[in-house]
Amino acid sequence: MILMRTFLGAAAALAVSAGASLADPAVVFDLGGKFDKSFNEAAFGGAQRWAEETGGDYREIEMQSEAQREQALRRLAESGSNPVVMTGFAFGNVLNEVAPDYPDTSFVIIDMVVDQPNVRSVVFNEHEGSFLVGMMAAKASKTGTVGFIGGMDIPLIRKFACGYAQGVKSVNPDATVIQNMTGTTPAAWNDPGKGIELTKAQISQGVDVVYAAAGGTGVGVLQAAADENILSIGVDSNQNHLHPGKVLTSMMKRVDNAVYTAFTDGPGLETGVNVMGLSNDGVGYAVDENNAELVTAEMKTAVDEASAKIVSGEIAVHDYMSDNSCPVN
Amino acid sequence: MTVMPKWADVILVPLISLFLALAISALVILAIGEDPVEAVQLMIEGSVGSIRGWGYTLYYTTNFIFTGLAVSVAFHARLFNIGGEGQASLGGLGVALVLLFLPWPHWTVALFAAMLGGAAFGALWALIPAWLQAKRGSHIVITTIMFNFIAAGLLNYMLSYTLKPAGSGDPASAKFSPSYDLPTLNSILTDLGIQAARDDSVNVTFLIALLACVLVWVLMWRTRLGYEIRAFGHSETAAKYAGISPLKITVIAMLISGGLAGLMAINTVMGEAERLVLNSTGGAGFIGIAVALMGRSHPIGVLLAALLFGFLYQGGAELSLWTSIPAQLIVVVQALVILFTGALDNMVRMPIERMFLAMRRG
Repeated sequence: MILMRTFLGAAAALAVSAGASLADPAVVFDLGGKFDKSFNEAAFGGAQRWAEETGGDYREIEMQSEAQREQALRRLAESGSNPVVMTGFAFGNVLNEVAPDYPDTSFVIIDMVVDQPNVRSVVFNEHEGSFLVGMMAAKASKTGTVGFIGGMDIPLIRKFACGYAQGVKSVNPDATVIQNMTGTTPAAWNDPGKGIELTKAQISQGVDVVYAAAGGTGVGVLQAAADENILSIGVDSNQNHLHPGKVLTSMMKRVDNAVYTAFTDGPGLETGVNVMGLSNDGVGYAVDENNAELVTAEMKTAVDEASAKIVSGEIAVHDYMSDNSCPVN
Repeated sequence: MTVMPKWADVILVPLISLFLALAISALVILAIGEDPVEAVQLMIEGSVGSIRGWGYTLYYTTNFIFTGLAVSVAFHARLFNIGGEGQASLGGLGVALVLLFLPWPHWTVALFAAMLGGAAFGALWALIPAWLQAKRGSHIVITTIMFNFIAAGLLNYMLSYTLKPAGSGDPASAKFSPSYDLPTLNSILTDLGIQAARDDSVNVTFLIALLACVLVWVLMWRTRLGYEIRAFGHSETAAKYAGISPLKITVIAMLISGGLAGLMAINTVMGEAERLVLNSTGGAGFIGIAVALMGRSHPIGVLLAALLFGFLYQGGAELSLWTSIPAQLIVVVQALVILFTGALDNMVRMPIERMFLAMRRG
């Protein structure tokens, strides 16, 4: 199907102008895979949305190993893809070296800051969004014990956990937040079985709302939560539809918007650091028909109020990555 | 054993196995609605059709030579070292520590020091399972597998808490000094005025890998220690009777094996990434098992098998870059090659043996 699209796109481009297909955008997915129902899939969604709306054509590649990063970026840049969007902090170092060699190509990196004149760095205030879903978790919890399941134990995921814990404590200072990380290797991003195990272990400790920030592993967390009849919170993409009525909400990290905007801006896009937070809808919580009954009016009012206060600076949510520590846990 | 001439054993059987694996791979590609001929063309074009392609093919080959030799040496002592992955990770840590915290005047000196660091860390990581095997009878397959996980955990800890530069979100060490950059094929060609790619791919460590092949051959077939290792592998009781200490041979064979696996890090960590990242081994420790199996644990076989897997790796990367053939399919192709050349070896070998027997009678 993708091949078909490439052919059709190439044919269309040839019909319009011979050079047009040369500036097709490209997206590079990090280890973990395109269809993780989460981070990478959000990026894919943004690229697809752009393709459907503009009828354009784009190139995509999934990373399989560390050594492929440089190769993929250089190959895409040399074959004329522009802009080249990549998901994940792990590209940071490589991009820093590759970008100066291709000054005419625009690069966009998500989740990392790379200081080069032709690079746009998109970073998200995940702690703010996590704070809001933490509040919702505390309000929805009957046991006063909520859970957090992270993917790989890295500072970025601790940032999610820290924001979440702060949100929980802001509603119920006596609440217990049980935190687990899936693993210490990149495999932790794609281990639904381990996600199920950890969720069941947390349930046995009294958890009745669990927040998964674990890429593909989160699919298992949400599954186990639905099976055991507790609430779960999805991440990155809107995952409410995975188990209607069982997923309290999803902490939306609009990676899709970042990719879509980059593709729309096209070659020569404005570079620099883009911080996507609550103020510019870069993060937020998801409400749709699948979880409308779970989100009470009171919950919504409180969360929206907190959101406004975070934007205005009245509530300061601590960012774990600013000092590698968390005031609450 | 001697039913077949040697050339049939070392060339014909692997080639037929390989052909079968590729034929089935072609069927799989057909089944998902893609053109296998086009796929093979792309793989060849992408891996050996350009200087860049060769660069990456040989880069992967370098990794597989080291891990393949590592597994081979242990095989000769009938020790199944599945821990190449962990030993190579630890080797990476050794290389990184040597290059990050000690000053070196020139890349040649730095490379030598990094080799010592990588080999020492890899060897030490193999020492504990070896000692447990020799002294306590804890099976080396189990312990080396478990040590892979411990290595991953240790590396993650070191990168997340100790080696990560302050303020970075990426669990990776700082860059090594640019003065330690190893000359790569691409940089050498560029210096010679030949248009080449700019990637950090194959580098001088490829030559060290070739040298390692020679040294392993000398060790195994031209020294007393090599003879003892092979004797121990053939029959432990006979070796003991001949005065060979099982403890000594187990430990030494595993130290050499772990050291070779650790040496791989000079290619990935010092040569390519120029810093220590998580998952720098990229599964090469496990591919080394297939390489050793396919190469019949002989350095020349290991070299050829490593080249084949380098080709599959790089060709596979190109395939997933330029077609919609899912990257997982490359894993299927690699798995089929391993299955046919390793596990199903007898399937090919026995009919051929029968054929040669018939020919001899006839």
